Amino acid sequence: MNEAMNKKQAKDEKIYDVEAAVSTFLRIGVLTSAAVIVTGLLLFLITGQSGYPEQTYPTTVTGIVTGLVEGKAYAIMMAGLSLLILTPVFRVAVSIFVFLKEKDYLYVIITSLVFLILMISFALGKIG
Amino acid sequence: MLTLFALKILLISVFAGIVGSVLGLGGGIIVTPALTLLFGVDINHAIGASIISVIATSSGSAIAYIKDRITNLRVGMFLEIATTVGAITGAFLGAIIAPDWLYVIFGLLLLYSALAMIKKAKSELPENVEPHPLATKLKLHSHYYDKALQQEVHYNVANPYGGFGVMYGAGVISGLLGIGSGSFKVMAMDMFMKLPLKVSSATSNLMMGVTAAASAGVYLFRGDIDPRIAAPVALGVLTGATIGARIMQRLKNKTIRKLFIPILAYVAVQMIVQGLGGM
Repeated sequence: MNEAMNKKQAKDEKIYDVEAAVSTFLRIGVLTSAAVIVTGLLLFLITGQSGYPEQTYPTTVTGIVTGLVEGKAYAIMMAGLSLLILTPVFRVAVSIFVFLKEKDYLYVIITSLVFLILMISFALGKIG
Repeated sequence: MLTLFALKILLISVFAGIVGSVLGLGGGIIVTPALTLLFGVDINHAIGASIISVIATSSGSAIAYIKDRITNLRVGMFLEIATTVGAITGAFLGAIIAPDWLYVIFGLLLLYSALAMIKKAKSELPENVEPHPLATKLKLHSHYYDKALQQEVHYNVANPYGGFGVMYGAGVISGLLGIGSGSFKVMAMDMFMKLPLKVSSATSNLMMGVTAAASAGVYLFRGDIDPRIAAPVALGVLTGATIGARIMQRLKNKTIRKLFIPILAYVAVQMIVQGLGGM
């Protein structure tokens, strides 16, 4: 009886580990992106300069990176927003490794499948 | 002037984040109309900002929900297969068929579930749920600590096939129409799989971030994500989602259901009207 309970507890602990790891990862991702967005927004509001001509902003990866290096407000904001967009994707990727560490192979497969489908949808570039 | 504009958007977004994280709807339901009607933002930039708000609600509330184990990660992962494949199907289907009749069918389905929810209005937690063998095999049954009831709630998961099917439909709809399918996600988990409403809402929020992220890239490259609008939306919704995640845990499932039913009915009627209008 006692042994069975210990086993169940050990199993529960493992699930907590998965959840704790995913939660910590999300916290870091969200705080980083929020900090970057705040920096860009404050820079824009204080200087009144977006770093780009009227009504335009960078919409490509290279455009955002170049603008970021040059310290342009809109590019910093876009970089923060891009980080935010990536948090759920990274969350799925992190889950794969955490399930792998827990030796929960069924969910390694399920999560990898979700990640694969996500990548396909990115490639198709036409998902709504 | 600029600061005032950003501040106003920020405040509305805080509200959207709270509502979205409590109900599992992502917040787009408030951000899109608020931006177009109150701020005169054009629809493309409003939708771009609402995609950001969905992701911000999802990631912002998930930090608290996962840590407190309200979210059922396994149910989320299992169902994400259905929503993502559904979304790809929807994107292709959109080129082939007119979605009018789908609007009507799904609108009616939502209306039906709003009515069914009224019947369940008095029940706090699902009772006598038979654990489905597939759900057992997938280790979907779980438990969470309910801060409103101040007790550990153990729950079983029923009908994973039905839930999977509706989730596929939800994915198709979001791929076809680009609308938030949060209401379908909550419905699939609440009506079909018999999860406690809080678990359904938290898990729906988590899942929505993944689907939205898949389409957000397209919106960004297309130029629909305008930093002047999307940045304050992101910050406001993140703040709101954090607050909402705390509020939701202290609400009873019954209370959340009461807030959910009118919104569900509203979305249902809107879909039916849109579908009939296009026929």
